[in-house]
Amino acid sequence: MKSFDVAIIGAGPAGMASAIEATRNGLSVIVLDEQPAPGGQIYRAIETVSDQRAAILGTDYLAGRDLAAAFRNCGATYVSGATVWNIDNGLKINYSRAGLGSDQISATSLVIATGAIERPTPMPGWTLPGVTTAGALQILLKAHGAVNDDVVLVGSGPLLYLVATQMLTARYAPRAIVETTPAGRLIKAARHLPRALTAFSYLRKGLAMKRKLHKSGIPFYANARAVAIEGTTTAQAVIFQSGGKSHRIETTAVALHQGVIPNQQITRLLRCEHDWNANQHCFVPRLDAFFQTTVENIYVAGDGAGIGGAVSAALRGRLVALRIAEKQGKDTIARQNDVLKKLKADQAIRPFLETLYAPSPENLLPADDVMVCRCEEITAGQIRHAVDLGAPGPNQVKSYLRCGMGPCQGRMCGPTVTQIIADHRKKEVGEIDYYRIRPPLKPLALAELAAIESEPTRHTPL
Amino acid sequence: MNNRLSADLLVIGAGIHGCSAALHAAKRGMSVIVIEKDTAGRHASGVNAGGVRRLGRLFPEIPISDRSMKIWNNIGDLLDDDCGFQKSPQIKVAENQAELEKHRERVRKLNEMGFHHETILSRSELQAHLPAVSDHCVGGLASLEDGFALPYQTTFAFQRKAIELGVRFYENTRAQKIRRDGTDWHVITDNGTFSGRNILNCAGAWAGEFTRQLGEPAPVEPIAPMMIVTSRMPRFCNAVVGATGRPLSFKQMQNGTVVIGGGLRGIADPATNASHMLFEKLRQTAQTAIAIFPIMQKAAIVRSWSGIEGRMPDDMPVIGPSSIHENAFHAFGFSAHGFQMGPGVGELMAELIATGKTNSPIEPFRISRFTNSC
Repeated sequence: MKSFDVAIIGAGPAGMASAIEATRNGLSVIVLDEQPAPGGQIYRAIETVSDQRAAILGTDYLAGRDLAAAFRNCGATYVSGATVWNIDNGLKINYSRAGLGSDQISATSLVIATGAIERPTPMPGWTLPGVTTAGALQILLKAHGAVNDDVVLVGSGPLLYLVATQMLTARYAPRAIVETTPAGRLIKAARHLPRALTAFSYLRKGLAMKRKLHKSGIPFYANARAVAIEGTTTAQAVIFQSGGKSHRIETTAVALHQGVIPNQQITRLLRCEHDWNANQHCFVPRLDAFFQTTVENIYVAGDGAGIGGAVSAALRGRLVALRIAEKQGKDTIARQNDVLKKLKADQAIRPFLETLYAPSPENLLPADDVMVCRCEEITAGQIRHAVDLGAPGPNQVKSYLRCGMGPCQGRMCGPTVTQIIADHRKKEVGEIDYYRIRPPLKPLALAELAAIESEPTRHTPL
Repeated sequence: MNNRLSADLLVIGAGIHGCSAALHAAKRGMSVIVIEKDTAGRHASGVNAGGVRRLGRLFPEIPISDRSMKIWNNIGDLLDDDCGFQKSPQIKVAENQAELEKHRERVRKLNEMGFHHETILSRSELQAHLPAVSDHCVGGLASLEDGFALPYQTTFAFQRKAIELGVRFYENTRAQKIRRDGTDWHVITDNGTFSGRNILNCAGAWAGEFTRQLGEPAPVEPIAPMMIVTSRMPRFCNAVVGATGRPLSFKQMQNGTVVIGGGLRGIADPATNASHMLFEKLRQTAQTAIAIFPIMQKAAIVRSWSGIEGRMPDDMPVIGPSSIHENAFHAFGFSAHGFQMGPGVGELMAELIATGKTNSPIEPFRISRFTNSC
């Protein structure tokens, strides 16, 4: 089994920047990433994107090119197509190589750079074929240049507008934008404006996007509520209330978005402590100033450490690498301070965005008949009933109803289940906690397990 | 005794045995308090393989297992919850003639003892029960009237019915010290002191500490039997299946997922409630499953888990009164095969505590087998 000073999981901005900084400081580094090429979700296909597609995706996206190039040249061992399925407490990491069997490596320090996932958006009809997420639309655009010409965008958050703008630039404007941000959010968010103004470039870009969308004539519905997707075997229409009226828009495709939340599967697996972040409406691993978790030598960089965006992700990745190098005897304090300063400046916009685009209450606490666990088909009402019977938390509800036991291991229902239990028991969300996550992190072929080395001592060529 | 913190019976541990004993004691009119350091069914009782199995049991366990089976067969009447219990054959597959001969020998012995629930399956009978079984399997040993249930649903149902009958549960309450004062037992916890006429130790992997405090230490080893579950597969198996020469427990659930265990152990850490999987070992489980059911070549594992269980050196539980103290009792150390026995052991413990005797033969399970030379 090969050992490294640092194992980094994920080759998005945080993982790439971390690898660059760590190798620069003389550390041996392995980067394991599920995708065929570096970039993560934000810079997906950054190395191969055509000029035409690049023009649609914009300059923020293209900023990933230099980072990916530097990453390619940094000397880290980079394994693409690697699905990490287990990490044990000794930082032995098992990963699967797309049909080629499993390998195992070990590391002294672990950097979890697995980023964010889109917040699950349970609502009536959200499991119908034809319903997807804004992030998924963007992946199709980045990786394949594919744009659907019959989409209604529903939800809230910067990504929703970014995707709409990119679709518009690609000349396939969405049929409509249904914004679920409740009225009055802008006023609430306004108190964070002074700090946000120090990150003016973000505000300017956001305003420019909104202006462009406004001028385009795409139908826009504000403060939408009672949102549901109609259809029997596939999505047929979005229905909602807005401006005191009921609306029904026929469409074959709906893209939902309620912001993004940290992907906590690995930090949960490793039993790191997490805290509820009321501003971001999600659990965030408890981290020190250098992004180390409550478990020694395990760090989280990027959006997994709390949503901060791509620029902050790369800065966090660098900071973590500098900290690990410092622990191994390198003098990196001055550079750490420099990165910390930039990080603080880049984060100035977040409180404003978090308040303005807080997720829709309808999605956080869906009605009884709404499906919450898609894998096992468990509704919000069943979860409330289990709580009424006496199941105190997510793990008991999981054992009782099987929600969170399917192939996604709770990624799609965990946040909602916790939220529903907290609300139903009138407790703080942080007190209710979350599912225990068990390996494998992603489904693993039984035949692949049957073929792993029984004594993991062999040297594996990487 | 109707004080908030006192009762006729104090039970330590809200696993299936603690909950079942509490329920049956309440049915006999006793006031009962159950003290649980976590929540009911948090460990082995809530996450085991769910086998309701008489097949292959150690001979001394069979009468109690039989008693329990009678309760299982009407579990819905007792608990107002079906516990996900389904009758199903339990089959131990023989992969060669030597294994099959061993099974024949066992059936002969059982018949001599007057038990007839286990039978030999010929190769063609095996294939009729298990069309997907590998061709190399030569037959098997079966108990056709066994079954399986959903372990957490079952333990939770016992707890709820017990509560309905007046049992008081104190969860997230850790028993620290047991002491005796006159005729009363006191259990000192991090959440107050509880008092009762009788005390029952159902603390599973954590039971050893209480036996030590009672002056009759029993060697309970915390173990973490590992389980895996696959994504849904087309229905191919309607029995609970084990192997003979290698560890395996295998069943396809109603929803199509396949649960595979067999007793290979991960690492148990009873101090933190954590258990760790050892995939180098689970490799063997995967190989066995594929060898016996070739269709498993296409399966994908979606989750693995383990619950902390108490194991005794002879793999037999401790069931019965304290060897030293009056009104102190034990039911623990079921060594990864106690789930099926839960309903019956709870019933007999309540009988024993209430009346001072039971008809069930519990002598082989006495705690003194570890303290005395006999």
